[in-house]
Formats: sequence, C-alpha cells, structure tokens
Amino acid sequence: MLKPIRFVPRNARLPIIRSRLLAFAMSALLVIGSLVAVATIGLNFGIDFKGGILMEVRTAAPANIAQMRSDLGGLGLGEVSLQEFGDEHEVLIRVQRQDGDEAQQIKATDAVRKMLGDGVEYRRTEFVGPTVGQELIEAGALAVGLALLSILLYVWFRFEWQFGVGAIVALAHDIISTLGLFAIIQHEFNLATVAAVLTIAGYSINDTVVIYDRVRENLRKYKKMALAELFELSVNETLSRTTLTSGTTLLALFSIYLFGGAVLADFALAMIWGIVIGTYSSVFIAVPLLLYTGLRRGDEDADNAQVPEYERAEREG
Amino acid sequence: MLYFERWKIVLIVMLCLAGIVYSAPNFVPKSSLEDVPGWLPHKQINLGLDLRGGSYMLLGLDTGSLEKTRLQDLVGEVRDALRDERIPYTGLGIQGGSVVVNVTRAEDVEKAVDAVEGLATTIAANQFSALPESDLAVTADGQRINVTVTEAAKLQRVQAAVEQSIEIVRRRIDELGTTEPVIQRQGADRILVQVPGLEDPQQLKALLGKTAKMNFRLVSNAMSGQQALATRTVPAGTELLYTADEPKVPVLVERRIMVGGDRLVDATPGFDQRTGEPVVNFRFDSIGGRQFGEVTRDNVGRPFAIVLDNEVISAPRINEPIMGGQGQISGSFTVQDATNLAILLRSGALPVDITILEERTVGPGLGADSIRAGEIAAIIGAAAVILFMIASYGFFGILANVALFLNVMMIFAVLSVLQATLTLPGIAGIVLTIGMAVDANVLIFERVREELDNGRSPINALDAGYRRAFTTIVDSNLTTLFAAVFLFALGSGPVKGFAVTLGIGIMTSMFTAVMVTRLFVAIWARRARPATLPI
Repeated sequence: MLKPIRFVPRNARLPIIRSRLLAFAMSALLVIGSLVAVATIGLNFGIDFKGGILMEVRTAAPANIAQMRSDLGGLGLGEVSLQEFGDEHEVLIRVQRQDGDEAQQIKATDAVRKMLGDGVEYRRTEFVGPTVGQELIEAGALAVGLALLSILLYVWFRFEWQFGVGAIVALAHDIISTLGLFAIIQHEFNLATVAAVLTIAGYSINDTVVIYDRVRENLRKYKKMALAELFELSVNETLSRTTLTSGTTLLALFSIYLFGGAVLADFALAMIWGIVIGTYSSVFIAVPLLLYTGLRRGDEDADNAQVPEYERAEREG
Repeated sequence: MLYFERWKIVLIVMLCLAGIVYSAPNFVPKSSLEDVPGWLPHKQINLGLDLRGGSYMLLGLDTGSLEKTRLQDLVGEVRDALRDERIPYTGLGIQGGSVVVNVTRAEDVEKAVDAVEGLATTIAANQFSALPESDLAVTADGQRINVTVTEAAKLQRVQAAVEQSIEIVRRRIDELGTTEPVIQRQGADRILVQVPGLEDPQQLKALLGKTAKMNFRLVSNAMSGQQALATRTVPAGTELLYTADEPKVPVLVERRIMVGGDRLVDATPGFDQRTGEPVVNFRFDSIGGRQFGEVTRDNVGRPFAIVLDNEVISAPRINEPIMGGQGQISGSFTVQDATNLAILLRSGALPVDITILEERTVGPGLGADSIRAGEIAAIIGAAAVILFMIASYGFFGILANVALFLNVMMIFAVLSVLQATLTLPGIAGIVLTIGMAVDANVLIFERVREELDNGRSPINALDAGYRRAFTTIVDSNLTTLFAAVFLFALGSGPVKGFAVTLGIGIMTSMFTAVMVTRLFVAIWARRARPATLPI
C-alpha cells in the first residue's frame, strides 16, 4: 500500500496568532503600498474599459516590431503600442480610442489593416467603443460589489457578525493587493482580470470560512480556553487542509499559466497571486482579527440558535 | 454516514453513468458522430466564438433619429391639414420634442385642433399599453396649438424599427453563406450578432455599418458643385453632397427624389460589357421602372446622381431614355465593393442608422491553438493534482482522483446537455475546478486523520470525518458559488463562459467529492473491514 505523506506534521503548533502584529504590519504595508501604486502609477486598463482597438497578428517571419511600430505610428492614430505575444511571430497591437464616435474606431482598424497588408494572419481583432466601455466598467464594479455584499451577508448569517467583519477585511486586503500588483507590473487590467478578482474573492472567503468553522467548533468544545490560544489551535488544526487545497489549486493555475496560451496567462497570474495572498490572509489576518472584534462566547442556548437545523440534529444524534 | 440505502446507491451510480454517457459525444470526432446509434446522446459542447473562430458584434440602433424624422414629417402634415381647411397660421415648427403652430384668428382654434386631430391614427393595444391609444396628443393654449407624439407611439415605432433592422441584418448576413449565425435583440435598441467561422470580418463590418438608403436624383443645373462650395450658396431645393471615392468631389443635387431605393427588386454584381469594370446591375419594380423611364426621357443630357447614404456613388449623363426598368451602377468599384453594394441593395435599407459598438473577432487559427493550449493545460494540471493527491492520501487519494475524473465528465455532460457555450476562460474555469474540486476530499480526509489521531476506530473515524466535514464543505462552496453567480449575471461574453464552468464545476464537485467517494469508502470499508486506515 502507498505510504501517504503528511505535508504538515500532525501536531503542528506554529505561532501564527502570536506573530499577528508582524502580520498586521506586513499587510498594512502591502495595502498602503497597493493603494499608493494604484493612485500614482494607476492600472493599465485594457480596451474593455478604455475603449480602443486590439489586434493580434501573426507574421510568417519573426516579426519586425520596430518596423511595424514606426509604420503604424505614422498613421496618426495616437498612441499605438506593440508587444510580442507568446512567441516572436505574434504581435499584439493596441490602438488608443479614437476621438469621435464608433465609426472613427472602425476607420482606424481599416487603416491598420491596410498598412499591415494581407501578408499577416489576423488572429484576433477586438474593438470596444466608448459607449460599451463605460457599461462594462459599471457592470464589473457592480459584480464585485454585489458579490462582496452577498458574501458578507452569508457569513453574517452563518456566523456572528464579528466573523463577517474579519472575513470582509481579509477579502478587501486580497482585492486591494491584487489591484496593487497589477498597477506595479502594469499588465493589462481587463474583463478577465475582474473575473479573476471575483474568483479570488470566492476562494479567499472559502478558505476563511473553513477556518472559522473550526474556530466556532472549538469555541463550543473548549469553553475555558483563552481566545488567542483557541484561535492558535484552530488555525493549526486546519493548516494541513489549508495548504493542501491551496497547493492543488496552485498546481492547476500554474498549468494554465505555463501551458494555457498567452491569452490566459495574465488571468492565471492574477489568480496565482490571489490564491497565495488569500491563503495568507485567511490564516494571518482573518482569524487574529477576531481578537479585536469583541467576539463573545455566548451561553450554550444562544450558541445553539446559531446552528442550522440539520447540524443541530446531527449534534444531538 | 457510511450506510447507504439501496435506492441511493442506484441513484449515485445512475448519475455517474449519465455523466459518462452524456459527455461521451465530445470525445468522438464530429464526422463519425453520425455512426453512433440514435438512442445515444449526440449533443456536443457548443464552442464559443473564441475557440471556433468567428465574429461577435454589438450593433447600436440610432432610434433617436426616429423621433426627429417623425416630427419633421408631422410639420408637413400639419401644414397640409391647415391649408386644406384654409386656416391662416404663423410660426409652424418643431420646439422641444413637439410641433407648435400659432393660429392667426382666435375663432379658428377649435377648427384647427379638429383638423390636426384628424391626422392621428389609433395604435393597437401592445405590450406598453393595454388600451388602443391615439398616436398624437393635441393641446391648445390660447391660439397656440401643440402636437406631441405619444409615448406609446414612440415605443411602437422603435419596436418596429428594431424588428425590421434585425430582419435586414439577417438578410445581409445570410448572403455571406455562413452557418448558424445568431442575430438577436439585446436591450431596447441593440442587436447582437454572432457569426462563427467567418473568413473575413471586414466584409461583415462593411455590410453591417451601412444604412444603404439609396435614391436617384438629378444633378442640379443651376450651378456646379465647385461653384456652390466656392460661393457658399446652395440654391433652394438642392443640397451639396460629395462623391464616395477619394478625392471627394462636391456635387450639387436636387433634393427631390426621382426614384427611391425601395423600388429596387433585384441587384447583382457583374461586369460592364465594354470597359470590363465591376458594376452592379439592378432592376426596378413596375412603378419604379415607369418613374425611371419618365425621368430619363425628360432629362436626356443631364447627369443623374445615384446617392447612397448621402454620398454620390456616381452621376452618369443620361444618354437616352431607359425604359426597361433595368440599369447599371458603375463607380470605380472593386469586385468586392460591387458584391457588397449588390447585397446591400437586395436586402434593403435599414430604417435607422446602425453603429458597431463592440467587435470581437477571433481567427480560426487562434481558436484551434487556444483549444490545444487549453487541453494541454487541463491534462498537465489534472496530472499534477492526481499525483499530489496520491502522494498525500495514498489509497484514499486514488478514490478522490476517480471522483475527480467523474467530476470532469459531469461538467462536460452538463455543458453538452444544456448546450452552454464553452469559451477559453471557460476552459480555465474547468482547470481551476480540477484544482479546487479536491478540496472537499481534502477537508474530509484531514478530518478523518484528526479523528484517528484522537483515538477513534477506523470506521468511526471515517464516519465522523464525512459527517463533520459536510457543513464546512457546504459553507465554503456556497461562497464561491456566489461569486460565480454574479459573474454570470453581470459579465459579458467570455467571462460568462468562465462563470458557467466554475458554477457547474462547484455543484458537480460537491456531488462527486461527497457522495461518490463516500460510496467508494463505504463499500471498501464493508469488504475490507480495515484495522488501520491507509490515510
């Protein structure tokens, strides 16, 4: 029979809650740094939000980007950026949004195609006009807002409000630092990135909920234990699961990042960062924060009222 | 938790088999799918445009112009109505969304209101109003009469214009000979067009962006276009238009339309017999043919302008009367131009202008590459997760991996049955699910380990592990599901595809990880009666 490996030793007792001040300091630095980066450098919004034209072309010979850049730059379309994409035969061309209505954008696409000629393969052409760009921004912001709200309500409903606060702070931490990462590395921030941010939110809260579940269970089990000690125990008991699940998810994401093609690479990158930071925040931020939210250990009856029907039956049976 | 009633076992096995059977068509090449017996499922997953190649376009209809033209028409109608009744008036015009007129004599006001009200028609009850309603509202304020178009009438016009536009867009796209184009209304005044497997999106754009309002008008003989431009004067009843081709030449044409484009019954691309250059041959219906004959008979020697969307395509001189109702448009076309123009004329003019608001086109090469890259990522990702699970949990890891395999099959099955669209981000969603799906099993197995460490017997530990992990699994999956639901509701296109696979994956993984592995473990535990657990 196969001998299973325990990646986290059975009775791990890492001083996680004890090192909370260090973690808080690090996270505060991370969040402030991210906010500063977003405010000063800013996000590199893709055409989904800014409007404009994106073309992916494939050339037969390795692309002469310098030549293409000067050719396209001479068209008078404003800012035109070129970037090698995937391999040296492929070039991603971004043309800024043209002044005027949608018809002007179409004209710009035609101009680029005329300049490049028929010698290249047009693998992808995307164009987003000013009207739609604005709508996509609103829909994206609304999606993130509503998702956060529903998560908050769910955690509030399933736990006590103190848990909800801890979960949302950890979540905001993850989202802000992901935005910060994108501001610093200046990779394109587009619809796919918003999708990544939402998935990170879902994943991070998932991690947090698993640990909170254990905290709640231990609160009932160890009535006399000091809170800090109880949190330490809960985090350590679930540490093996936390790292294993993050591990398998990261394996899948690295596979997308490395082999899934250039279109998905940025999406995978955002997710990888989000999973790492989300796992960290669940353990080092969400749980220690409970020490400061005035969590009360209610008596048994009040406690029982928080437990859903099916679970209560189970505990009694 | 380790005891299963017989019907539950049957249900679980059936669901797993259904997952395999319904996902199976996706692993058979499309060509040999016809050889599969008819009682087996045939549906394959619907690939998104980003994977199969094609164009997605969002078209905006300029419905605002409808109200403007309606008001302009109304001015003419009111003028005629008052003239017929011999009512003197002043200041007839459009003012802030309504037509206003001052009746000169106070005693005429009542008669004038009656006359104007006579212009109104009743519109049938529709989805916006339960009762039949008049399309005009007429009010009098002293000697000033105010005519407005009712909301119901406006909505009805927009509705009709959108429906007609969809029909015309469909006709134009059908001319391209592509398979399965999707053309549907989106929101109040938008049309969504999805055309898979298109070789040249430029032609599609050329066809969609044009209103194609064509008419034939005489070129003014009062002065030339150049003179009008130089003197900045346009004689009454004429307007200054430009030619379509570069360099743009001004042409002064009469406003009066001699023959309208709606009189055309056919248009085909062809070649001029003498010069050999591409042309469009057209044919009028009987009324149009007679009008065309009369104009050409009465105006021999004058240039006759063919105007398309307010641009002069050409203005040939009338050499002789053309009586047969047939003609030819030439105008330094390429073969492609002539083909497009013929399609546009055949399919008719759009009732309103259309603009392309958003375009996303993926060539077939990139689509195929994306599928390949997605497959590789999925296989490598799955392999890594499988090895990791075996290393972590040994025998139980293998059970979890079987559940994982069934999970992926079920995702494919659900996608096939629902005919949901699989996009490239959707593939990412599946790969991500592979990584996350084992979470439920990790939770359970870790719990089992703890229970063992606490000194429980193997069977007891397994039982407690499944029981205690269950609520945690529900809690944690629900939160991710929330994110997926909002992504689906508010995301567009490819992002929606990601939300679909993520959402389906979460639900199927809860089934496979909780029910299926539990069944495996229950059967194994009953047979082996283990003294220790290999976990």
